[in-house]
Amino acid sequence: MREIALHILDIAANSISAGARNISISIIGNRKDDALDITISDDGKGMTPEMVQTVTDPWTTSRTERNVGLGIPLLKAAAEACNGYFNITSELGKGTKVQVHFQLGHIDRMPLGDLPSTFLALIVGTPDVHWVFQVKHDSKEFFFDDAQIKNELGKDCLAEPEVIRYIREIFTEGIEALALN
Amino acid sequence: MPTIKSLEDLKKMREEALRKQELKTTTGKTEIIVGMGTVGIAAGARETLKAILEFVDSNHLENIIIRQTGNIGIDSFEPVVQVVLPGQEKVTYGHVNPEIAKIIMEEHVVRGKVVPDYQIKG
Repeated sequence: MREIALHILDIAANSISAGARNISISIIGNRKDDALDITISDDGKGMTPEMVQTVTDPWTTSRTERNVGLGIPLLKAAAEACNGYFNITSELGKGTKVQVHFQLGHIDRMPLGDLPSTFLALIVGTPDVHWVFQVKHDSKEFFFDDAQIKNELGKDCLAEPEVIRYIREIFTEGIEALALN
Repeated sequence: MPTIKSLEDLKKMREEALRKQELKTTTGKTEIIVGMGTVGIAAGARETLKAILEFVDSNHLENIIIRQTGNIGIDSFEPVVQVVLPGQEKVTYGHVNPEIAKIIMEEHVVRGKVVPDYQIKG
């Protein structure tokens, strides 16, 4: 997966599998510090320290259908190859926080990719989750909390063509304006 | 298609759409499920979902529920899409790229005909 946005989708899918009701994703690029920080926090079922240890190991997975889970180890390796790090803090019954740091200007850093499509897939595909998205580039910021739209229109509206188009336009315009790649 | 600039505009458009919908006989909703585990995402599930959303938008389909799910358990067939028409059995499709997604939307979701070429039979 040569796109950070796809890795974000993958990590968020873990949060959904963990039964999270609230998931927030923040992507913060800062040219002065040459830093790109991605944080995905959820209030899912959480993990024990042993489980945290094992999910970063390619030979372990929480899945039962197949024996190898590579999403997290691949992202960890990608971050570490760009003077970065990958960190999980988790507490059983409380939730999980995944933090990924890249050197923003590192030559090998994979591009951010199609973030609007990732956000749209998450928000439309899992209407029961309360989503908060934040993307920052230096002083410019895009912020989206789906509570307003769900309170006004109800969560069942998220498969309706007008609503999909409205959200897609908000994401595309808001994120493109940041010029964070 | 008009750009929807504010939540207020969107609410107006929705009320309009709901009024139109009430005039039709109410049938059940069609469910479209896209597998979004690691393997599905790596195989292009996000692009598949994007194509489905674009189809729903440009053809103005109503009574559709789109869901994502974790791994369905048939990795070698990812991206996997499942379609459930009201009152019918779930149909599972494999290797659904955006082009195939469009065919499934046209044939199965709109016309109600299963597309055997892409179907995974268990």
